[in-house]
Amino acid sequence: MEDLILLSHGDGGLLTHNLIEKYFVPHIGNPLLESMDDATSVILRGKRVLITTDSYVVDPIFFPGGDIGKLSVYGTVNDLSVSGAKPLYIAASFIIEEGLPLSTLERVVISMSEACREAKVQIVAGDTKVVGKNQADKIFITTTGVGVQMEGVKLGKNLIKPGDEVIVNGPIGNHGLCILLNRGNFSFKSNIKSDCAPLNSIIERILMEFGEGIKYMRDLTRGGLATCLKEIANSSGIIDIFLEEEKIPVEKEVRGVCEILGLDPLYLANEGKFVIFVESSLSKDLLDFMKNGLNLNWASVIGIVKEGRGDLFMRTQIGGTRRLNMLSGNPLPRIC
Amino acid sequence: MEKWNESDLLREVINLARKVRERMGRKIKLMEVCGTHTMVISKSGIRALFADSIELLSGPGCPVCVTDQRDIDRVIFFARKKGLTISTFGDMIKVPGSFSSLEKERAKGANVEVFYSPLDSLKYAEKHPEREVVFIGVGFETTAPIVSHSILLAKEWGIKNFSVLSLHKTLPPAMRVLLDDPELSLDGLILPGHVCTITGRKAFDFVARDFNLPSCISGFEPEDVIEAIGMVLLQILKGAPEVQIGYRRLVKEEGNVKAQKMIEEVFEPCSVSWRGFGEIPESGLSIREEYADYDASRKFELPAIEMVERKNGCICGEIIKGKKKPPECKLFEKVCNPSEPYGPCMVSQEGACSAYYHFGV
Repeated sequence: MEDLILLSHGDGGLLTHNLIEKYFVPHIGNPLLESMDDATSVILRGKRVLITTDSYVVDPIFFPGGDIGKLSVYGTVNDLSVSGAKPLYIAASFIIEEGLPLSTLERVVISMSEACREAKVQIVAGDTKVVGKNQADKIFITTTGVGVQMEGVKLGKNLIKPGDEVIVNGPIGNHGLCILLNRGNFSFKSNIKSDCAPLNSIIERILMEFGEGIKYMRDLTRGGLATCLKEIANSSGIIDIFLEEEKIPVEKEVRGVCEILGLDPLYLANEGKFVIFVESSLSKDLLDFMKNGLNLNWASVIGIVKEGRGDLFMRTQIGGTRRLNMLSGNPLPRIC
Repeated sequence: MEKWNESDLLREVINLARKVRERMGRKIKLMEVCGTHTMVISKSGIRALFADSIELLSGPGCPVCVTDQRDIDRVIFFARKKGLTISTFGDMIKVPGSFSSLEKERAKGANVEVFYSPLDSLKYAEKHPEREVVFIGVGFETTAPIVSHSILLAKEWGIKNFSVLSLHKTLPPAMRVLLDDPELSLDGLILPGHVCTITGRKAFDFVARDFNLPSCISGFEPEDVIEAIGMVLLQILKGAPEVQIGYRRLVKEEGNVKAQKMIEEVFEPCSVSWRGFGEIPESGLSIREEYADYDASRKFELPAIEMVERKNGCICGEIIKGKKKPPECKLFEKVCNPSEPYGPCMVSQEGACSAYYHFGV
């Protein structure tokens, strides 16, 4: 039997990684692409410009806390922001299913325009394609964003050193859980909302205040906090990251529902959360600035970088230590 | 009943374990029967905390893991039938059969829906009267009542396009077979809190009576498991095995009689094959004649399925019986992982391989 694409090839875990390594890199790979960061930095007429692109296929398209339109703007804005860029322009492509009510389309577009206003970016190019009934599900959106590198900012995985501390800006797991609970196959009521939000103004202020003290940032989308940090440790190969379970912020309701459903918030998707690697001498001031200056009351120093071999560890609440792996075998497709 | 000082519970039990280990002159061998315990023990770090004195083995308490290869193949044959929707718990999707998996069948066009409850599956059937919906009933005494309930509701509501393929099993018969195995030589058991909530403590009396083995029924917080380990250790010290209840919040002597009646109404015991064990009499639950209309195995004809011996090196059968641990498998982590599993213990969240993979211990 010929190998087929499985839904798991799209979960952002091991199979996605294999797919890219085996079917994309050999044919279209180049040094810029192979950096595999959230956005790629290129030089255009002497200016450092960052480019990123992402497709949004979330199901359902409207969910508590957001919708596919907002997600398609914020997701791309956030990929640029954590890479140290000021997001400026977005191109948006729409694949629309025959039979979609025009009022639904308009709701999505209005939501995108509000998102652009909030994130201070402009959609400057676009395209629409319509496909037959059942050849796509309602609406898929692809956005491509460009931004210019902020002055005095130097970010890179290679700058992370033992002793650096890891900060997260708020409670994790809300988006993934919210999407799961709002699927049709589920009769489970909750107040859990997606955390879908633009991060550019927060990140800009942090970078302006702390400059090169910030070593690296990453937004926590598919795969959640654990997958993201494991990837960072893994790609360095000479550091380990140690997390403290009790320092990782999770809302009470999210924790409760996760327990009932056997899910782990560490592996649930987020759409408005990011981690910062910061020099330990600045960590306390940064946390203070995030809490008091930016009103990020849930921000928390969750871990520390040590010399190592590319592993992610967590000290559990009862004092045991366990190793964390990347997300693998996620049963839930189309979360973003 | 011994009282533990809660804030010092962990330290006290670790000290007790060291003492028992010293007295025995070897590591203590305990088995946690339940898959959820396996997960809690790995996730909380309990396995690592007690590593110097206790060897914690995982038992046959993960329903997906103990499902026989031939039953997995049957499910896949069902998925290939036109007009049929397979509805199942998510854990089943990736379990590799002899020649395919539900995930691969779905990629080829099979209709496979994931539900967290058979009642949601029943509602799906009600909304899609044009499709035949088959729920794959996997699980022990804990899930059987709700599946039973869904069949009773289907009858009451007159929903004719819903049926269940019952792969349900009951734990005590398999535990007996396991404990009869002289190779295993356990010192004690951590018994499953959820199963015992339904069956009651009494159903596991045979552990002390027939096998002279200390045991404790545990809850699912890390503290519950630590306390249960402590209670088993004290029994070992005193040389007085009994079936103690640690999970007093929910487990009663007689269990949940209403749930037991619900199981009895729809199901009857049958002989069934377990992965790693083979056929165990009276250890399965088949749907009674009166509910034949809701029994997928009666409703749909399937071709006789040849048992294909899988020789891929997977040792799930040994792991389920507590004879081997996941890192002893040569496939573990190297080629077998939750994205590309070679056996069910790596697929199910409650599987030992999955717990070792995700939590490193």
